[in-house]
Amino acid sequence: MIQTGDSALTARSSMEVYGRPRGGTQPEYRHLPYRSCEKRHPTHALIEIPHTLSEITGPQFTLEDIRKSSCDLTKQGSGEPSGQRIVVGGQVLDEDGRPVRNSVIEMWQANAAGRYMHRWDQHHAPLDPNFPGRGHTLTDDSGHYRFVTIKPGSYPWSNHHNAWRPAHLHFSLFGPAFATRLVTQMYFPGDPLLPFDPIYNCTADEEARKRLVSSFDWDTTIPDIALGFHFDLILRGRNATLFEE
Amino acid sequence: MRLYATTSQTVGPFFQIGLQLLMNADIASPDGLGERITLEGQVLDGDRIAIPDAVIEIWQANAEGKYAHPEDSQPKPIDAGFRGYGRVETDDNGFFRIRTIKPGRTPGPGGSLQAPHLEVTVFMRGLMKRLVTRIYFPGDAANENDLVLNLVPEARRQTLIARECGEGVLRWDVRMQGDDETVFFDI
Ligand SMILES: [Fe+3]
Repeated sequence: MIQTGDSALTARSSMEVYGRPRGGTQPEYRHLPYRSCEKRHPTHALIEIPHTLSEITGPQFTLEDIRKSSCDLTKQGSGEPSGQRIVVGGQVLDEDGRPVRNSVIEMWQANAAGRYMHRWDQHHAPLDPNFPGRGHTLTDDSGHYRFVTIKPGSYPWSNHHNAWRPAHLHFSLFGPAFATRLVTQMYFPGDPLLPFDPIYNCTADEEARKRLVSSFDWDTTIPDIALGFHFDLILRGRNATLFEE
Repeated sequence: MRLYATTSQTVGPFFQIGLQLLMNADIASPDGLGERITLEGQVLDGDRIAIPDAVIEIWQANAEGKYAHPEDSQPKPIDAGFRGYGRVETDDNGFFRIRTIKPGRTPGPGGSLQAPHLEVTVFMRGLMKRLVTRIYFPGDAANENDLVLNLVPEARRQTLIARECGEGVLRWDVRMQGDDETVFFDI
């Protein structure tokens, strides 16, 4: 808990704040199995600050902001992209289980061969002209979202000898406040690469890690068309216990 | 049962694919109110090597110190068209540039007023979760009594204050490590 004197305490009782993460559920900045961390993590402890209006407000986006994109990544080229079609959907909730409504989700990924449409991706797997690999959507009134896409391939990276990333989708969410910003990755059930991936294995808490893995979902599987995967995202919630303490 | 927030994962090297659409280097519209500034900087790693794959996001109040957000109930004018959000990626040499206006003062802890500041999120390949910091303005008398700035040891405070660097141009660098490592906040 913050100990910053009377003024901060006053702020806490007059203004709801967002809860701090449960121990072990978020990665440390210094996570050396992921080699790029070494020169890119802060060495000083972060300075804890009270939540002011600056942290409990944040950018709000509308459908208008993302109208140039789509939540169907299989319809962004002139033809059909290669690969296994999938539907990925779920709900965005806060830590109290309340839906996060009308909130932008950005999603990007490699194609079925494990290659990103990016100038720096030199993996010699084929690019797919029909698959730019990005989509945007807005959660609905119950916090639900849905993407139609292609199952991404695994790809090699230079982190260690014979390193391969498990198949994953990148997600970016804003939520209601500056404090709720989240960038994460979603994985697929049964991926044999998961136990070996230093990015996936970044938390002390095993449950937290497992929640990054989507589940196969018959309910959203479309007959003859696409396999369904379910993936919920939880954003930080208001610290309701504040007033009881 | 209380849920807990999803684990953060690195943005990775190829974030431009997904983050391009909402990139925005011009936070203020040309006819918006306020003192116009260009903010320039460079993102450097622990060896002082430029980081060419970082994202800087800005969140700020308008010139009157009001946020474009439903929870800001201050009786201050809204600047139509001013959202207060910026996002830029660093170039091949680690540089970024944002054009905006200096925000007004916003409420701080215990009825205080905060000094004008920009809220900053940093993402990059190699970073497991977002970093949060702030940019304050050089020579602003309000910096002296800003309660957040005063939580920072004096010797490190200058990492949060941009430097005047020509007419209307401010310079603010992000140093991930080293003697002058940027101050990052736990929010
Ligand atoms: Fe990736």
